[in-house]
Amino acid sequence: MATTYRTCPVSGLQFEDQAEKLMRWNAVAGVLWLLVGGITALLVILTRWPAIKLLPADQFYLILTAHGIDMLILWILFFEMAVLYFASSTLLRCRLATPKIAWLGFWLMVVGGIMTNVAIFQGESSVMFTSYVPMQAAWHFYLGIILVAVGALLGTAVFFGTLVVAKRDKTYQGSLPLVTFGALTAAIIATFTILAGAGILVPTFFWSIGLIKEIDAQLYRMVWWGLGHSSQQINVAAHVSVWYLTAAVIFGAKPLSEKVSRFAFLLYILFLQLASAHHLLSDPGMSAEWKVLNTSYFMYFAVMASMIHGFTVPGAIEAAQRRKGYTNGLFEWLRKAPWGNPVFSGMFISLVSFGFLGGISGVVLGTEQINMLMHNTFYVPGHFHTTVVTGTTLAFMAITYLLVPVLFRREMILPKLCQIQPYLFGISMSVLGLVMMGAGTLGVSRRHWDMAFSGAPFQYEWPGAAYLMMGLTGIFGVIAVIGGGLWILLVVGSLLFGKKLDGGKVSDKPTPIPAATQAASAVAHGSDHVGVPGTVVLALLLFVSFVLYYFVNWKYLSEVWLLS
Amino acid sequence: MSAILPPSERLWWKQPIDKVEWAWIAIAFVWGMIMFAMMIYWHIYGKQNLSNEAYKTTPELFAAKAEKFIAENTIRTETERNIPVVKVPAGGDGYLIARLWDWYPILELEKGQTYKIHLSSLDYNHGFSLQPVNINIQVIPGYEHVVKMTPTKEGTYAIVCNEYCGIGHHSMLGRIYVK
Ligand code: HEM
Ligand SMILES: [Cu+2]
Ligand SMILES: [Cu+2]
Repeated sequence: MATTYRTCPVSGLQFEDQAEKLMRWNAVAGVLWLLVGGITALLVILTRWPAIKLLPADQFYLILTAHGIDMLILWILFFEMAVLYFASSTLLRCRLATPKIAWLGFWLMVVGGIMTNVAIFQGESSVMFTSYVPMQAAWHFYLGIILVAVGALLGTAVFFGTLVVAKRDKTYQGSLPLVTFGALTAAIIATFTILAGAGILVPTFFWSIGLIKEIDAQLYRMVWWGLGHSSQQINVAAHVSVWYLTAAVIFGAKPLSEKVSRFAFLLYILFLQLASAHHLLSDPGMSAEWKVLNTSYFMYFAVMASMIHGFTVPGAIEAAQRRKGYTNGLFEWLRKAPWGNPVFSGMFISLVSFGFLGGISGVVLGTEQINMLMHNTFYVPGHFHTTVVTGTTLAFMAITYLLVPVLFRREMILPKLCQIQPYLFGISMSVLGLVMMGAGTLGVSRRHWDMAFSGAPFQYEWPGAAYLMMGLTGIFGVIAVIGGGLWILLVVGSLLFGKKLDGGKVSDKPTPIPAATQAASAVAHGSDHVGVPGTVVLALLLFVSFVLYYFVNWKYLSEVWLLS
Repeated sequence: MSAILPPSERLWWKQPIDKVEWAWIAIAFVWGMIMFAMMIYWHIYGKQNLSNEAYKTTPELFAAKAEKFIAENTIRTETERNIPVVKVPAGGDGYLIARLWDWYPILELEKGQTYKIHLSSLDYNHGFSLQPVNINIQVIPGYEHVVKMTPTKEGTYAIVCNEYCGIGHHSMLGRIYVK
């Protein structure tokens, strides 16, 4: 097959022509969905802000459904397709397997995404992205999601195929790079996930057109969360890979131990398939044994995996910095990091926010009994805005500052604004997550239009602190929307008006990755074992916060009514 | 030499793992075990565990049982909608219907008594969110969930619906009295 390979003069990365086009189109489509999602975010936040309450109830639920779908499914999935192609074709320096299939997948996802959005904006499908039966959406709501899933499955298959091509064409020697291995983890989980998704959405689609009479409401929740939860594990695997990628590009950091990092990725695959349980902890239809066993993902092995990555990513950076001579004290390596480079600052805020806020709150929320204090409260969206937004979305935003010059060959415009954007978005979104969790701790419901319960037969007055938290939610939500909007502006502006950069040499044959020579590996490893005391301190800080917050919640639980 | 290149040590799986890394893995592992044990411990010694007792049912069946309970135990009605206030016999069974868009009826309980409250929905999913206590339980159509509850404080409590159930979701507010 005739194709060409371009070697980027800035980064040395090699892009195959078809893969490059696919990455660009997928990334751009992702950004456009983020734009739609961002507009809906603003409308959602301005409605939940009690002092403003912008939209009427019906429009609020419509817009919230669109927000969930366009952000969680469309923005993230399109960007992840680009990540998969990058981690395979670009990092392994080979051609993409069956680009035609990859394009078919892309267009299926586009058509499906538009179809679902049309269904939502027609107004008959305000069922939230979870679409719990027996509440019914229009048939094309489900069909659109199915098309997106099939498209994503094709993209995943092309990724697997590309790994085979690289192996066969011997474009690299030895084992896959760690980042590619992480992407492989994400792709394997994605395959399982999409099959679970098909298992529930296909029957639901038939139900919506009248071919199936009834779907059990509890069964739906169980299988749906097989899709809904595992897909979050795809996001984690993807953004952890992006963290490693960033550390490698900025610092030349190598993993502390290939074995440990790979093993941690492997744990994700082995121990998350039943994680749907932690969405069902307050449901009637499952036994306590089942809940305990599954919510702990067979004893928290997946949590352990995330804790390992949370250690090895900053550890790799610290080791690389110390090798460069930043060895003073515990934290010189961190102080002297390139905080003005948005690729790094975004990645590091993503790491810290995901670990301290998203990770800890997620495990507490997923504890069988404690879940009763938080199930379906505002705590839940608070938690996942510190995982899928400050974790995944921010990591993707940060790496884009790298992709615009190397993949799109444009210089970023307005570098000063690029510098502040990760701080603006990352910090406001972290605070937003915190105050949302605060409101949830006080009982405020998620997906709820009116804290004053207008039209109800009774009154209930939320505590003043709950209103305070919701007011802060409004303020920080608006700042977060500005931070996200700024990123879209900078990226789209750079694609249109950024200075064009030299694309580098084009050749019709791939240049394989040079084999690591003994000398090179001696330089990289040498005998210079470096300790990572700063990372140890950070990790212990995380651990102490984790333990304290975990037991505080058991204390809260012990104070409510007795239940058995 | 970095995470975007093949490992420079071909036999990377033979490389020793650093002591510090081992220590962190051990901490993470032990902590996971503690958290796992904590849930089991709470099932044995804790006083707040969600009941396992649930039955398949149908909206008609559940509504009929609830109506019978209401007919036998109503002590008065409240609000212009004449919602029955039903005193649940101490130690006995009470029924709470979730439907678009109310919690029906109003229950009256006594502090320190233990009740078996039967929860089910007649239509969509709903969310039982007892405020300001903040206990949250999913209510699913087709399933009758029997939750044993012991109120620990007197007062007037609200049941907020915290699972989205359509346009009237925000007006779905119920009440429980604890005397
Ligand atoms: C840009 C700033 C953003 C703001 C201010 C924002 C705000 C919110 C708020 C307040 C809610 C809760 C609404 C409610 O339950 O009543 C919500 C829900 C949600 N958000 Fe965001 N969000 C933002 C970005 C994102 C991003 C980037 C993602 C995904 C990658 C995301 C995914 C979701 C999802 C999945 C829900 C749940 C929808 C549902 O309950 O059905 N959000 N958002
Ligand atoms: Cu309801
Ligand atoms: Cu509701």
